[in-house]
Amino acid sequence: MSADINIVIIDREGQSHQLVAPTDMNMNLMEVCKSYDLPVKGTCGGMAMCASCHCYVESDHQLKEPSDDEEDMLDQAFFVEDNSRLGCQVFMHPDLEGLTVTLAPESE
Amino acid sequence: MIQTDLLIIGAGPTGLFTVFEAGLLKMKCHLIDSLPQPGGQLTEIYPKKPIYDIPGFPTIDAGELVDNLMEQIKPFNAGFTLGESAVSIDKDDEGQFIVTTDKGTKHRAPSVAIAGGLGVFTPRKPPIANITDFEDKGIKYIIKDPEVYRGKKVVISGGGDSALDWTIFLAEIAEEVSLVHRRTSFRGHLDSVDKVMALAEAGKVNLITNAEVKEVAGGETLESVTIHAKDGSKTLVECTDWLPLFGLTPTLGPIGDWGLEIEKNSIVVDNATDYSTNIEGIYAIGDVNTYPGKLKLILCGFHEGTIMVQSAFKRAYPDKKLSFKYTTVMGGVGSLE
Repeated sequence: MSADINIVIIDREGQSHQLVAPTDMNMNLMEVCKSYDLPVKGTCGGMAMCASCHCYVESDHQLKEPSDDEEDMLDQAFFVEDNSRLGCQVFMHPDLEGLTVTLAPESE
Repeated sequence: MIQTDLLIIGAGPTGLFTVFEAGLLKMKCHLIDSLPQPGGQLTEIYPKKPIYDIPGFPTIDAGELVDNLMEQIKPFNAGFTLGESAVSIDKDDEGQFIVTTDKGTKHRAPSVAIAGGLGVFTPRKPPIANITDFEDKGIKYIIKDPEVYRGKKVVISGGGDSALDWTIFLAEIAEEVSLVHRRTSFRGHLDSVDKVMALAEAGKVNLITNAEVKEVAGGETLESVTIHAKDGSKTLVECTDWLPLFGLTPTLGPIGDWGLEIEKNSIVVDNATDYSTNIEGIYAIGDVNTYPGKLKLILCGFHEGTIMVQSAFKRAYPDKKLSFKYTTVMGGVGSLE
């Protein structure tokens, strides 16, 4: 059995949530947040087409570089910073143990 | 006034297929959609994306699915009010619903099916507190008449095709055009990107990258924007117009104020019977509704529409008997045209 990882989500009110995420189900960060009922809409269903799962990576994990699609969508988002990512493009992997992420402000 | 048997709000896949199922029962349908073309998010957001979970199609592009649905419902001659969004609903003396659009078009029907998907597509607005003070007074999210920018000082924001295309177009007629983008690379067509770069080189466009417009100011109308660069510097640019072009995003919109029971931005329906809402005669089908175990799939929208029209039929024709027939038994839908 593949290991679960522990991740931390800081919501828009600044409160931390400790989540346990499976790494063997091809789940992305947006889906993990939704499964914990955190306020992430995931409007487009994970196609990198809405930016409602925009977040900031706070820990120094080396994530895969964003794809062109993800960068393009971030172009249409607001409050974008250097550590901005779309949660739906960050897939759960054993290397991400301890990942800490802050949800970006909602702009829609 | 447009009279119909079933008024469908939303011309996405669910709304379109509902026309077919209603047509089998000889019910006339009329659809309203805020977008100028049918297909909803499939056409607007991902026409070239393949979909893999439509029964009978191992893979089909979203745009092609919409084309096929349009072909399938052709025999039933549904009416369309496109490019207008449903804003209000009333009931008349005869218990029929009157739905009015933002452009004043009125529709009348005994039943209304809300197949609104994610909602009305509206422009993404930059989060600047006083931005609303200058909407239509220099700030516009959608350009309808480019001639108004002749001789003006225009700032455009965005990195996609519409920002690039308008920059190229307005460079010819405006006095001054600045294009502001958060990165140095653009996602538009390569050809458009090259043109903008050439215009910038020739001094016809003021290209400002790694930067964002964060402040707007003016009196009666817009007078300037302040651009914050990644390096922390701020530049005030005098301008008459600012065009933030960040694409469209769906919101539930005015339907949220129709007295329907809403949960997490979706309309609560009774999935044990006919997908009716808390208001008798109003149904909600497809991605816009919610019930225990709801899945937002095109497939589920098709099912919900099919069940729903049986109930809507009884409202439209209370005295008629409803007999369900398979299309194979009917020998096609030609006899219903």
